[in-house]
Amino acid sequence: MLRDITLGQYYPADSVIHKLDPRVKLFGTMIYIISLFCFRGIAALAIATVFMFVVIKLSKVPFKFMVKGLKAIMILMLITAAFNLFLTPGEELVSFWVFTITKEGLTNAVLMAIRLTYLILGTSVMTLTTTPNQLTDGLEKSLMPLSKIGIPVHAIAMMMSIALRFIPILIEETDKIMKAQMARGADFESGNLLKKVKNMIPLLVPLFVSAFRRADDLAMAMEARCYNGGEGRTKMKPLHYEGRDRLAYLVVLAYFVLILVCRIFLRWPQ
Amino acid sequence: MGIIKARQLVHEYIRRDEEGNVESIQTALDHVDLDVQAGEFIAILGHNGSGKSTLAKHINALLSPSEGSLWVDGKDVSEEENILAVRQTAGMVFQNPDNQIIASVVEEDVGFGPENIGVPTDEIWRRVEESLGAVGMLKYRHHSPNKLSGGQKQRVAIAGVVAMQPKCIVLDEPTAMLDPNGRKEVIRTAHELNEKKGVTIILITHYMEEVVDADKVIVMDAGKVVMQGTPREIFSQVGKLKEYRLDVPQVTILADLLRQSGIDVPIGVLRREELVDAILRAAQITG
Amino acid sequence: MSIILDKVNYVYSEETAYQIQALKDVSLEIGDGQFIGVIGHTGSGKSTLIQHLNGLIKATSGSIYFHGQDIYDDDFDLRELRNRVGLVFQYPEHQLFETTIFDDVCFGPKNQGLSKEEAGLRAFEALRNVGLPEELYYQSPFDLSGGQKRRVAIAGVLAMKPEVLILDEPTAGLDPAGRDEILDLVARMHRERGITVILVSHSMEDVAKYVERIIVMNQGQVMFDDAPKEVFRHYKELEAIGLAAPQVTYLMHELKERGLNVDTDATTVAEARASLMQALTGIDSGRMDIHR
Repeated sequence: MLRDITLGQYYPADSVIHKLDPRVKLFGTMIYIISLFCFRGIAALAIATVFMFVVIKLSKVPFKFMVKGLKAIMILMLITAAFNLFLTPGEELVSFWVFTITKEGLTNAVLMAIRLTYLILGTSVMTLTTTPNQLTDGLEKSLMPLSKIGIPVHAIAMMMSIALRFIPILIEETDKIMKAQMARGADFESGNLLKKVKNMIPLLVPLFVSAFRRADDLAMAMEARCYNGGEGRTKMKPLHYEGRDRLAYLVVLAYFVLILVCRIFLRWPQ
Repeated sequence: MGIIKARQLVHEYIRRDEEGNVESIQTALDHVDLDVQAGEFIAILGHNGSGKSTLAKHINALLSPSEGSLWVDGKDVSEEENILAVRQTAGMVFQNPDNQIIASVVEEDVGFGPENIGVPTDEIWRRVEESLGAVGMLKYRHHSPNKLSGGQKQRVAIAGVVAMQPKCIVLDEPTAMLDPNGRKEVIRTAHELNEKKGVTIILITHYMEEVVDADKVIVMDAGKVVMQGTPREIFSQVGKLKEYRLDVPQVTILADLLRQSGIDVPIGVLRREELVDAILRAAQITG
Repeated sequence: MSIILDKVNYVYSEETAYQIQALKDVSLEIGDGQFIGVIGHTGSGKSTLIQHLNGLIKATSGSIYFHGQDIYDDDFDLRELRNRVGLVFQYPEHQLFETTIFDDVCFGPKNQGLSKEEAGLRAFEALRNVGLPEELYYQSPFDLSGGQKRRVAIAGVLAMKPEVLILDEPTAGLDPAGRDEILDLVARMHRERGITVILVSHSMEDVAKYVERIIVMNQGQVMFDDAPKEVFRHYKELEAIGLAAPQVTYLMHELKERGLNVDTDATTVAEARASLMQALTGIDSGRMDIHR
């Protein structure tokens, strides 16, 4: 079902990871993604794996919620894996028809699959343990220096958090309009590309109309609650670092150093 | 002076074509006078297009008068510098529960208003807890609004307004999109706020059953205030209410018909129990 | 029998944390030309149920027969089913998309494969049926009032000339006058064209006036399926699941309990008045048809 998309779907739980400052989590996720693309060797892989599972365990989010995010990119993953598998030149393992599987191709395919999986899991940990609002707060505060050069950081952050709130609503709405038009005999499946695009009009027009109406309503509701831009606002959940956040920074850095050390010194086995 | 005072309030929606020439003028409010005392529970009835929502938006300074004046707690809403103060004094709850919840977690949404008016953090937390408690939604504080029922979402929206500690709350058709259970929840919550916290309530609706407990009922039609009085005074004029395309409750119509047929039942029956007692009394006399 | 449901089950998000059984062993027969009300509170499964009837949702288990044919057979034409079972969704005005009202109403008939002329004729007829003033036909649907938009959306389905017309809470968000207009329109379609009508609502009072049969849904199951009077006898059970019988039903039951000999089957104001007049004065004034 369309509602299954995990992105922006916060999973409430009382865990250390939930309590961490969003800036730490943003930083940690970023470092983790970088580490995924620069590690080498089994040892580093093991470290990345252990790190990931410890964090997942600490987050108290059931593993099946994490895996949900993976389903969405399964196809992308298979394609990438296939490309790596068949198109990497090197020592030949198996060959049939036009396809050749090489040793390097196999390693690359497996590595790529692992990297993508970990990437999704890593970002899922962040989105599942951080409310979209905390996340945008974190981004807002981290990027605040940019507002000095005229970038409307607060407005961008506000737009992001509103978008996150309305994505599930609009997805459901899409589903509803689609069904309503199907009840009137609309066909969203058959025909060539051009025809398909044309067939989307009965879906897209009402969707945009609805999105604009909602935006209008929401703007009015925000005004009614004295929203006046970022100036003079206080925060219900202001960000300030605590002991555990500093510790978390250290852990993340230590992890990254470890990965780098592995990259430089423990390159075997490839 | 009352908390809300309108004198000869006029609002016109003006439609212009591409060159900016006036295409049509629609008078949504036609010389409305209104006086609301602090602590009252006022209900405004009217069918769609009667001007009741336009009136509501003036009280919150979302629209400004074309003519005439409106004062909220002594402040003229047409003065630019009063706008934020007016919006703090008179909070507003809208019809569509989905389109007024900003945050993805209940408590963060309730905190949105206080954040905007610069309330210190500790105070925000205190207010969020208190307002969620007042609408009976405290145990849902960590939930996502998307997983709540319509009535629950509206109560969160009410809490979001209560957290700004307004003297007055305007509810603009808060029940129009809800099922019967949700409707009851919202109306009950509005009465509790009125009784326990002394908040002035202006409830705008087209359901007559929702106004029986109000202190005063105002009926609007074509931008004018056409009836004003206690629920009983209003409910006793069944013919007039039907003329204004309102949905008179079954018991009220029935009582009216029985009266016309010579049965001794009181005028302007509001509740079922009342009619039951009256009919039984009448039965004892005749029987 | 035009539609038969046999032990239909439907499970949302199967095998996930959010698994919900929306329908449980629902068996129903929907006869030709009936006027049926489906009542239930939010989440009772009523909307899921009606989406099965034109094949928009496929049952997890169980069968549905349309004129004796299993709609889940491989050779069954679901698009043909949707032509014959018209479904008007909740807030149908949200599906309007064309530049003119007329074109929007033509959308359904055109999808049925009708020629431009035929589709146009259908659209004219449908728009006339819903009582939209002719000078509006070539205007944008987005400029209409809420009640008018809804009538246009209903015309969009009527123009397909369905045998069965299903409306999911067609009066939601409308004021009393708008509500009566829509319900009267639906009742007229049923009377004049003899089409089967299924009206989904959470308001007993709204449907009591019109329908001959009420299906009460609760937690995905059919709780009652009977004539309105029979269903309203269970007013206490209805109240327990968050549904209310018409106010008059309660009044008459209370009077009866307190010793006044009145007809507890009365559901409309006119019926109640007649029964009360007889009880109070002994005069049988007949059941005058008085609209509330």
